[in-house]
Amino acid sequence: MNISREDVLRVAELANLELTDAEIETYGAQLASILSYCEKLNELDTSTVEPLAQILVARKEAEAKDDPQHLREDAPRDAAIIRQVVSRAPEGLDADPPYFRVPKVIDR
Amino acid sequence: MSASPAPPASGSPNWTIASIRAALEARKISARELTTDYFSRIDRENPRLNAFLALSPERAFAQADAIDAKIARREALPPLAGVPTALKDVLSTRGTETTCGSRILKGYVPPYDSTAVERLDRAGAIFLGKTNCDEFAMGSSNENSAFGPVHNPAALDRVPGGSSGGSAAAVAAGLAVVALGTDTGGSIRQPGALCGVPAMMPTYGRVSRYGLIAFASSLDRIGPFASTVEDVARVLEVIAGRDPLDATSASLPVPSYTAEMNAPVRGLRLGIPREYFAEGLDAAVREKVEAAISRLKDLGCIPTPIEMPHMPYAIPVYYLVATAEASSNLARFDGVRYGLRVPGSTLAEMYRKTRGAGFGPEVKRRIMLGTYALSAGYYDAYYLKAQKVRSLIKGDFDRAFQQVDLILAPTSPVTAFRLGERTDDPLAMYLADIYTVTGSLAGITAISIPCGKVCGTLPVGLQIMGPHFEEGRVLRLARAFESQ
Repeated sequence: MNISREDVLRVAELANLELTDAEIETYGAQLASILSYCEKLNELDTSTVEPLAQILVARKEAEAKDDPQHLREDAPRDAAIIRQVVSRAPEGLDADPPYFRVPKVIDR
Repeated sequence: MSASPAPPASGSPNWTIASIRAALEARKISARELTTDYFSRIDRENPRLNAFLALSPERAFAQADAIDAKIARREALPPLAGVPTALKDVLSTRGTETTCGSRILKGYVPPYDSTAVERLDRAGAIFLGKTNCDEFAMGSSNENSAFGPVHNPAALDRVPGGSSGGSAAAVAAGLAVVALGTDTGGSIRQPGALCGVPAMMPTYGRVSRYGLIAFASSLDRIGPFASTVEDVARVLEVIAGRDPLDATSASLPVPSYTAEMNAPVRGLRLGIPREYFAEGLDAAVREKVEAAISRLKDLGCIPTPIEMPHMPYAIPVYYLVATAEASSNLARFDGVRYGLRVPGSTLAEMYRKTRGAGFGPEVKRRIMLGTYALSAGYYDAYYLKAQKVRSLIKGDFDRAFQQVDLILAPTSPVTAFRLGERTDDPLAMYLADIYTVTGSLAGITAISIPCGKVCGTLPVGLQIMGPHFEEGRVLRLARAFESQ
């Protein structure tokens, strides 16, 4: 299988990754090799197989019967941690209310 | 052999949870003295091993003093009183730098403890510091850490395994009595095998993942390393159980693993899957694992050949599912809220530059692979196909556990390989996880325990796999093997 430079750039854009020219080349070749290996899965006929979405489905259903209140009440609680969180940001401002600073998003 | 093995950490005893408790209660040693001893072991050995990324002496001595105060007041001691503990650097720890082995989180100090860590704290453990690991737990050799690889205490020119290599090496070298690691495709069991210490992956949902910085949320588990199976059981007893902060944590009651571990093993049916002993298994590893199986037969267990036909498909399934989940989980590292920020003229440019500079090569490779597998036009062919085959792999385990009580296999196809030996070929490195990813995909529990050494130095791990929530049965066989 072949992965073009355009494929790599498209995926890098989706993933928000800036790549060097060397990385674009290396990742293209490596993704092609890994994905070719993954094509081994096509040996299996899965036309009647359900995809696995949750590993412990049976248990969760049993628990839900015993414990219908499994979800907590949706009540607001004090998030007293907010100033500590913002203080860890590269550009967090301890204003009132505290906030994160980012480059301008909307031009007007 | 070019490197000499590390000598024992010091002349001090090899402590266990029980021996620490006895010594504290008899006032032969204080928790502060024990803590001081462990920090001096780390000072002496860590420059060679690189097992710890950060130390937390302030918190450790405060924890030790709290235990010593309880002893002075003759209060009952909590279950892990005074136990020197190491924590993998993907677990959030209040007040101690947590980097996931990545430049993108350099300098990040979490404002809260993960649930497993908080439970250890309440149980009286002493937190020595954070252990090195592959960046965001992605790797099988620890060579993907942004802060240099860990060296295997059994042979310093070799890898400790990964991704929890620092936790495994710390326990193996006597720099911690117990440690927590995380396992997504083998990251607890494989370094446990390569460093020669018991290491357990609990059932999915048995231990809360709250505060664990996520790699692949349908696979990630937190579990213990220790120098004995008994200590693995004692730590698991503390960290297991329902947590309202993790919706996937199970509300099943936590049994007494230390009681279950001592039940007899006679008559246990042990499945030996043919596919785990096929081509690719190193002959010396095979010999040790087969010898272990015959010793278990001598204890009255009944080895039974079984088939797990979808095992050869597990590596591609794992690398598609895990990278897809990782590409989503790691989207949060964008320079806005924590860690590194590389300035850009627009928000999107800041994201791209920050992530390009902050992530290492393996993390970028996996984000690219996962993003590709989820992208329009490829989703059905890769991600959906992998999820279907994951059902088949789980089906193999469901069928096997109708026939047998436990399944035995090697943990790793090879012993510890040399640093640098496999770094050029990502696919060859992925194959190091061939015997561990199956259990990860099926959500079951498994332990790796030492079962001998090749050439007298390189440890081999025996993997014991059990059905969902049967940690007690797995520990029982592990304990019986260790005791004979």
